[in-house]
Amino acid sequence: MITAGIDVGAKTIKVVIVKDNKVVARAINPTGFEPLVTAEKTMDEAAKQAGISRKDINKVYATGAGRKSIPFADHNVTEVTADAKGTNYLLPSVRTIVDIGAEEARGIATDAAGKVVDFAKNDKCAAGAGAFVESMSRALEVTVPQMIEISHKSTKEAPINATCAVFAESEVVSLIHTKIDKADIANAVHDAIASRVCSMVRRIPIEKDVVLIGGVANNSAIVAVMKKHLGVEVGVPENPEFVGALGAALLAAA
Amino acid sequence: MTVKTKYKTKPLDCWQWGKELRLEAYKDLTSGHEQGKILVLGCAATPYGILAGLGDFVFLAGEPYGASVAADPPASIPAMECYEARGYARDMCGYMRNFLGTMFLDKYYFTGGPFPKFDFAWSVRHCPAGHPKWHQIVSEYQGIPMYYVDDETMLSSDGSQEARLEYVAGQYLDSIEWMEKVTKRKFDDEKAIEAMRNYFHNEALWGEINLLNGAIPAPLDIKSMFALMPISMLRRHEKVATQFLETLRDELKDRIANQIAAVPNESYRMCMLTPPPWSFLKVFRYLENFGVVFVGTYVYLINSGEVKFLYDEGKVVPATVPEKRPGWKQMKNREDLCRTVARWRAEHPFQSHLDTRKKEYVIMFNHWKANAYLLLINRGCIPMTTSMYDFQRDLNKQGIPTSMFEGNFADCRDIDETGVLDRLETFLEGQGIHKISD
Repeated sequence: MITAGIDVGAKTIKVVIVKDNKVVARAINPTGFEPLVTAEKTMDEAAKQAGISRKDINKVYATGAGRKSIPFADHNVTEVTADAKGTNYLLPSVRTIVDIGAEEARGIATDAAGKVVDFAKNDKCAAGAGAFVESMSRALEVTVPQMIEISHKSTKEAPINATCAVFAESEVVSLIHTKIDKADIANAVHDAIASRVCSMVRRIPIEKDVVLIGGVANNSAIVAVMKKHLGVEVGVPENPEFVGALGAALLAAA
Repeated sequence: MTVKTKYKTKPLDCWQWGKELRLEAYKDLTSGHEQGKILVLGCAATPYGILAGLGDFVFLAGEPYGASVAADPPASIPAMECYEARGYARDMCGYMRNFLGTMFLDKYYFTGGPFPKFDFAWSVRHCPAGHPKWHQIVSEYQGIPMYYVDDETMLSSDGSQEARLEYVAGQYLDSIEWMEKVTKRKFDDEKAIEAMRNYFHNEALWGEINLLNGAIPAPLDIKSMFALMPISMLRRHEKVATQFLETLRDELKDRIANQIAAVPNESYRMCMLTPPPWSFLKVFRYLENFGVVFVGTYVYLINSGEVKFLYDEGKVVPATVPEKRPGWKQMKNREDLCRTVARWRAEHPFQSHLDTRKKEYVIMFNHWKANAYLLLINRGCIPMTTSMYDFQRDLNKQGIPTSMFEGNFADCRDIDETGVLDRLETFLEGQGIHKISD
């Protein structure tokens, strides 16, 4: 059986194709202003990569913020359910999932079967999500990869106290004016995000193993500070931004 | 896709009557003075039947009025903007902001005409979300007198109750003298006693109606309850309210006997502790597509209704009216009346201590045969939000699933509808509940 999961995120659209319980293709594109066009394009790319025609796909499940807008999807599932399924497939020992996407973060407690036990999500605030990193990198006049790199070189703690992305940006600007080292500011930004996300995740029972998924999981600086805040090892699977799409594809096959 | 329904359904037979009674109460405010009635403002929990001692009156409880405005964003947004332009804070009671905004705009929501001028404000202290300030602002703006009865001493559960009852009953007595002075009307004890008897009876009826929703399938959905509740909230002292509420109760009993459901595909029952987000009532209709029926909310069970909790047995039963309770006196004069009202307030579940309230939440959950609680972190009512995380922890500890969302119940600008739906769908998905038509 061939199934596909499509994760229509705020910033990117991801597709995973699963054949007989094995991942055979992954594709990703920026969501842009025409999500449907991007969704079609990403599906086409994934099918091509898998060496199949889209007609060969038996079922498509959609997830992500735009999951209800995909006309070719047979069904849609929430990000929380998809994340739990995808993570359980990759790392069955995980009981706590932290997913940080471009505009949303969530903490998910799961059981051994990958069933959701509890979850917590941030409200409409970008301060604990990937969009905040991008915004702060612009304020620091570095790219996101550069920001991650310099963050690891930080030697001093700098404070960012605002709980709002907009006010936090003005704090960053203040730190720049007070000649705080860019590396320390970059680290402070990552620390602020991790602190907010961890505070939210603590609303659910945090049990080992803990894993970070979503696009932000590719940011090694955030992973490092997440470990500090949660006080436990935080693992990152391969291709963490595809876990939701993978979960959707697996659920389509179930 | 056609979905086979589980239960029969039909609209309430008394629906139209209920709508008319509700609207009549609001419209009466605009013509009350012409009919020789006095117009009085206060909080919804005020024992306003007492006012009948002065003759005919119209009482406006600000909360249901604020909720009606809040449910209509094109009316609510200009009202709140007007309120804010006068320098008042956004974190005050959401009902109050809608009410005051329409007063400042001089646009009464139910007619679009001028805002009513009250003869006076008379209220129990009721809600610390700014309600005393609410009536003070009206009093100063309209140049009308106000009187507040401080009954919060009732919240204490230790020490002698007697001194507290005397203190509160004394205030009611004083306020009757005060009313006579400000209206230059003579107070008729018998009329007041009669109206308060209706008040107690109707309140118990509304409580009983809420309890009927323990049946499966539920005969009444929460959105309809919210629409009919103003009859119990605004006309509790009237015989016509008794007639309506008894008709509604009997109709619900009939629906139960004949398995007539509010939601034909009922498969998951939820209840609330708080008021709903008024501008987003469609959330309840949307969730019916998942087979979800909301069977009640604790706040209006005990705010416009009364029930009796049997804590040791873990049960809830309809309330009896004060005069029929063992050890309570018959009301023969204003002293008896004020004493009865003070004691009734003191022993009302509305005054329950938070730890007692936790027990009541569980009792109601079980009575309503609910599957989960929906909790609101309400940015429009700070007191109602206090302890919500504690309540959630307590409910979860007892194995009761909860879903929580944040938002302002009376400010449509401060609720993320998509986010709330997403959160609820995620919660339901985790409970194995999916959209029926998918």
